[in-house]
Amino acid sequence: MSNDRAAAKILNRTALTKLLVQRLKHDEAVVAGIGNTNFDLFAAGHRPQNFYMLGSMGLACPIALGVALAQPDRGVIALEGDGSILMGLGCLSTIATMKPRNLTIVIWDNGIYQITGKQLTATGGVTDIVAVARGAGIAASEWVRDEAHFEQLLDRRFDGGGPILLAAKIDDEAGKGQTPRDPALIRSRFMKGLGTGRGGALEA
Amino acid sequence: MTWSDTLLGLLKDNDVRLITYVPDNVLTPLLTGVNADNYFLSVGATREDEAIGTVTGAYMAGLRGAVMMQTSGFALIANALASLTVPYQIPAIMVISERGTMGEFNIGQSLVARTMRPTLDALGITHHTLTDEITMPFIVDSSIKQAFSTQAPVAFILSPLLTGGNPAARAKLKL
Repeated sequence: MSNDRAAAKILNRTALTKLLVQRLKHDEAVVAGIGNTNFDLFAAGHRPQNFYMLGSMGLACPIALGVALAQPDRGVIALEGDGSILMGLGCLSTIATMKPRNLTIVIWDNGIYQITGKQLTATGGVTDIVAVARGAGIAASEWVRDEAHFEQLLDRRFDGGGPILLAAKIDDEAGKGQTPRDPALIRSRFMKGLGTGRGGALEA
Repeated sequence: MTWSDTLLGLLKDNDVRLITYVPDNVLTPLLTGVNADNYFLSVGATREDEAIGTVTGAYMAGLRGAVMMQTSGFALIANALASLTVPYQIPAIMVISERGTMGEFNIGQSLVARTMRPTLDALGITHHTLTDEITMPFIVDSSIKQAFSTQAPVAFILSPLLTGGNPAARAKLKL
């Protein structure tokens, strides 16, 4: 496991997020954690099934679990940074217990709290997040070796085979976009994208 | 009918199927009832903010949910309420077993309990303290309907007057 981590090439979150979004062909829901993670999701091109968190650090995976349980036939992807997942590692145990087959977790691991001044996280030192996830019970957890490997790992439908956790080592670049800071609008559009909105005539 | 059966029936009547929780002695009859009934989908969370997150995702995807926790667990979720539940207008139903009052043995519980209602009030979250089985059905049923209709969270605080309090505390204090 530690060899996999050492061998993982340092990639770029903006580029990988674009690759991921290009692969989404079945209206998969994507829940992106705070900061750079959702800035890059937004920069990859807004989709109605995107949910952007504006706070509640560490809750991208629990929110994605809720979406996955409510709509078991839809692929759901949680995007989360290393600092954020470290804030709530327990959710990995919950997800392993619930076994949502339609949930994929992607961890962007730059080993730093990039957005607050590049302070080191534990994954920049001793903690191997893939080993943590496997230990929590998510057996299908692995390090992304390089960009080609990431594409290979994404070459699947997202509505089955989970829960899966992919961790990619990334550089220290900031995210490229800026999500609109309107929570009620984000929620309303996401619900419309998932077919649960009640906008009705107002959407015309 | 016990208070817990009545409360679970009210959740069912309002299509609240997902129960996320961190356990507590007082909640035990509720959680036992949830796990014995296939209607409910239960998720045992490791922290109360995680439980809030999962109910939030489920609501947006069309599944109504409630979070069950104890007073000290509520003290962990101020940030999730302020940055997720309230601004995103999520009708999270919170069921909080009230510790720290009327026969508490643990000083930590009695202190943290004092933060609960001020936190709810500061965030403008409607809360009702359930004290008896006579008024409980009207309060719970109407407030759940109001929560989903107005897209706002609501908290139900389970008073020891309703539940009899924490059995472990009663034994320790020889109540």
